[in-house]
Order: sequence, then structure tokens, then C-alpha cells
Amino acid sequence: MADKNNKGNGSPLLQLIDLHTSFTTDNGEVQAVNGVNFTLNEGTTLGIVGESGSGKSVTAYSIMQILEKNGHITSGQILYRGQDITHYTEKQMQDFRGKNVSIIFQDPMTSLNPVYTIGNQISEAILIHSDKTKEEAKAATIKMLELVGINDPEKRFKQYPHELSGGMRQRIMIAMALVSEPDILIADEPTTALDVTIQAQILELMQELQKKLNMAIIIVTHDLGVIAQMADEIVVMYGGRICERGTADHIFYSPCHEYTKGLLRSIPSVENMKKKLVPIAGSPINLLNMPKGCAFCTRCDNAMKICLEEVPPELKMPDGHFASCWMNVKNGNYVSEVPGNE
Amino acid sequence: MSNENAKCLVEVQDLQEHFPIKTGFFKKTMLKAVDGVSFKINPGETLGLVGESGCGKTTVGRTLLRLYKPTGGKVFFDGTEVTDRNMQTYRKEMQMVFQDPYSSLDPRMTVEDIIGEPLDVHKLYSGKGERRDKILELMSLVGLNAEHATRYVHEFSGGQRQRIGIARALAVNPRFIVCDEPVSALDVSIQAQVINMFEELQEKLGVAYLFIAHDLLVVHHISDRIAVMYLGRIVETADADELNENPMHPYTLSLLSAVPIPDPVTARAQKRIILEGDVPSPLNMPSGCAFRTRCRYATEQCARECPKLTDRGNGHMVACWNH
Repeated sequence: MADKNNKGNGSPLLQLIDLHTSFTTDNGEVQAVNGVNFTLNEGTTLGIVGESGSGKSVTAYSIMQILEKNGHITSGQILYRGQDITHYTEKQMQDFRGKNVSIIFQDPMTSLNPVYTIGNQISEAILIHSDKTKEEAKAATIKMLELVGINDPEKRFKQYPHELSGGMRQRIMIAMALVSEPDILIADEPTTALDVTIQAQILELMQELQKKLNMAIIIVTHDLGVIAQMADEIVVMYGGRICERGTADHIFYSPCHEYTKGLLRSIPSVENMKKKLVPIAGSPINLLNMPKGCAFCTRCDNAMKICLEEVPPELKMPDGHFASCWMNVKNGNYVSEVPGNE
Repeated sequence: MSNENAKCLVEVQDLQEHFPIKTGFFKKTMLKAVDGVSFKINPGETLGLVGESGCGKTTVGRTLLRLYKPTGGKVFFDGTEVTDRNMQTYRKEMQMVFQDPYSSLDPRMTVEDIIGEPLDVHKLYSGKGERRDKILELMSLVGLNAEHATRYVHEFSGGQRQRIGIARALAVNPRFIVCDEPVSALDVSIQAQVINMFEELQEKLGVAYLFIAHDLLVVHHISDRIAVMYLGRIVETADADELNENPMHPYTLSLLSAVPIPDPVTARAQKRIILEGDVPSPLNMPSGCAFRTRCRYATEQCARECPKLTDRGNGHMVACWNH
């Protein structure tokens, strides 16, 4: 069943193939993720960047299959080490979550249970995924707390979430996620709720742990600064589709999609400090009212007729990264069309 | 003194704001949210106020407009002390834009009524026609269409709501606006629109801002001068460029080094000064310099005495014993 074909670079750990996720709402079917393809290699960090409604979090939740009740994966595959996990039963998924892939959330205030101690919550994850005894689980928990940089772990073990600060709670979340030694850590806006100095601590910790435990990270964020610091590979999403994907350098230094270009122009940076920012016009996308063609066409300065009519194909660019923008077809500066995409 | 006051639009001297917090059945402790803050803002100037959550930056903004009654200190507007005056007349000159464009606008009012309310309160029109004209003028000023006037807030996106909030603040033609994290709740692609609007309005109307935010790149972009706060006190003030190129206070240094730069090559090469631990509780402030518990350079003197802001040339003020 597990036919690993390791063509391509490195060894792919997780592959998303033409993933579609939608939500049934009173106003109709909402296509939150609309044909997403990417590959996560072992030990690397993949950043998914986009604004609200871009489908970045839903992509992450689809991998874990922790969507809201009205959400479901409608088509496509998620291959973990060559195995399609979209057909897993809930029982299989329970085993998969935590052991193979773990997730940490944006808000460390609400993702911990206030009525259980820290120790109880972390060792619960160990007890579920292994046949360790309670004492062994406690020892492992304390070791994990030390690893994520919590001082006095014996004392913290007995404390409740409200006794800790936001940064500490996010460390606890990371400890809980990593305690069963997963291959992949999904971090959904892990530092958005934290201050910059605490954010720097948490990001540094994640990078350190990645080296120590050799795990892959998927970091979902809207902050281009965080992405630049963390990611090896970047996926830019807009309106449920991937605009552009490639290495961090490709995305930041030779962007080939109008949305990525616009995004990079619109943020304050060291270079444009003295100049006016160039904003992206219009307002964020409404997924219930998607344009027929490219999702970004209504806000794009260079939109052409074809952009309004047809969804752009994913194109391989000369430097090896992928972009879905009709401008590249017009300029003829691409190598080939990626097959398999509509 | 009064001569100097006349030059600047807003001056704050030793502002203090202490909140009583119940810490036991009969026990109350004073939470010193703002503990001796002084600064000046010139007409048409933007002062950026940065710091981590809980450092008191929002409280400074609110106390300045007397949304809280100050515990101590003085606030001058245009040379006159307004600390104990009836604020209604001064609120025509000093306005506020709030962080959350969702909760700061009344969902049961139309856009027209929201923007018109300050006009009603201060009786700034002579007839219905003039009121409507003024509202439409304000709406076009912030980039809203005239047909939006009769709509309700829920029909707008975050960026548009923030525009409504700004139009409301501008309605009374103020000379000074406190902007409390006005872009933090907005999407990246929308932030630039709103930042540009603040800058354009300043050019057109000559209004001064106190721009409170935690995003240092945004603050650097919009501000002429920046003040850095830590636990209720200002630790450093300087021109925006000077502060970024030549930060002196150890807290500013680590704050700036912690900002993730949206550029992979710079980000990889960036040397971060990672601060140990968390911000101490303002209920239990360290003695002397509040930053000493996380400071690499802390000495005995730092624990004994709180350093004062002193000028290090060109108006670069730093409160640190060692730098």
C-alpha cells in the first residue's frame, strides 16, 4: 500500500495533492480550500502565508482532520509517507494525531484546559500514545518541560494554566505537541497573540527543537516577517488557492504573482521607510462570492480579460518555483504548465 | 515655561495613572499602569508610542483624553492646562481612533449617524443640509462612497470600518488624534491603505497624532519621533530614524532585534538579543529600574534608584544608568 516513490528532492514526508475542502453553510457551499498542492520534506519548514479567508488555516486543519462539523474534504489526497490519510477512520486519525503530526494554535489562552494541571494535560498525551506508566509519563513530561525552556518544571507540573503567562503557555502547548515525538509540527499563527520579545523566544525555541528532534514544521501565518525568519519553502495563498510556491528566496526576491508582489510592496520595510507604501486596492475576498477567474483579479492592477474569465494554471518558472498568474503566460516567461491542475 | 508650552500642541508632565486592584478581602494594591510619563507633541507631528502589552501605552492615550482621571501629573493642550478643566471643549480638539473597528462602532447606527454624532454633540451645523454635506465631505475624505451613508456597520469590512472610525474622529476638525493600535486588527493587504490614509490626512489637515502600536516597523514608518515604554515608564525617546539606527536603552535594543524583518537574507543574519523571562507583574514592580530583572547590564545601582530620562544629544533621551 505504501508505495513510496521518492522522486524529486529530499524525501517527501507529507504531500497534498489537489486538496479541496468546503463548508456547508446557510448561504451555500463555501470552497475554503480549492485545489492545493504542496510537498513537505523531512526536517524542513514550510510556511503558508495569506490573509484571513485565504484558506491557510483550513489547509492545516484538513491535514489534522479537525475541521468544524460542517466542513469536509471533498476531493484530493493527503499523503503521509505515501499513505493517503483522507480515508482514515476516526480511530486511525486519533492514533495519527499527536504521534505523527501535532498542532499548536494561535491562542494559548484558550487551547489549554483551565481545570487540569499542566502536568496532567501533557502526560495525558503520553499515556494515550504509548504504554508508559504514570510515573514514566511524569518523568517524560518534566523532561519535555525542561526542553521547551520552562524553569522549575517540577513546580510547573502541578500548576494550572491561569498561573502562567502567555509565552509560558505557548511553551506548554509546544511541549504537549512534541511529547509523542511527531515528525511534523503544524503551528497555526503560533505567535500572533504574543509580544515581539516573547515571539522571538518562541520562534527561536521552535527552530532549536527542530534541529534537536529533526522534525518538519508547517507554520501558518499572515506575518511576512515571521515567514522570512522561519521558512525554507513558502506557499502563498489567496481565496483558497495557491498563488505561488517556492523557496523563501524565490518568493521574496523574485515573486511572479501579482498578489505576492503587491503584498511585498505594501508592508513597511527598511527600504521603503521614507516612501509611501503601495497598498493593494479593494477589500478582502468574500468566499461566497468568488470571481469566475483568478481569485485576486478584482483587486489586481494588471488584471486582463482572461483573468476575469479563467482560473490561471500553475506554471513552472525558469528558477524552478511555481506561480499561478496569467501575467506570466502573457509575458511568456515560464518553462512549462504543471499538469494535473484544472 | 509657558513660552515653551505655546510652541507644542500637547504636553504631558509626569502623568500617573494608578488603578486600585483587590488583592485580598480587605486589601487593595495600586497597579501603577502609568508611572511618571512626560512628553511633548508639536502641531502636525506624529509621536509613536511602542511597548509590549501591559506596559501602559493604551492607558497613556486614554488618560491624556481624560477617559480615565489621572492620579497625578499635568496635561497641557496648546499651552493651557486641561487636567482639571471641563473636557467637552477640549474633546473638540482631541479625538481618538480605537483599535477594534468591530466593537467601537454602534451596530444599530447608520454610518451617517455615527459620523454625525460628534457634529450633533458639538452643534457644528446650522441645518440638516449642512450636516449632510459635512458628513459626505468627511466620507469622501476617508475614501468611503456617498451611497454607504445609510448603511449599517455590519455591512463593512474591517478596513472600511476603521475608515468610519477615523471619519468620526475627524468630524469635529481636531488638531490632535490619539490612534490606539488602529491597524493591528486589519489584514496585511489592508494595513497599508489605512497607514497611507493617516499620512495623507496629516498632510492635508495638519493634525498631530499619538500613534500607539506594537508593530515597530509600522510605527517607524508613520512616526516622526518614537517613545518606548516599559512597565509604565518611558525608557527612551528619539527621532524615528535615530532610534532605529542608534538605540541606546537595552530594552529598545532587544525590542528592535526581536522584530522579524520581512527579508529572508537579513532575517537569517539578524542577531537577536533574546530577553529572558516575561514582563514582571505591574502589581509587584522591581525596585529601581523596572527593566533590571531582564537586563544583561543590570548593576546594584539599577536596583537602588530609578534612572531619569536624560538627553544624549539631539533630543535623544534615555533612562538608563549604564548607557
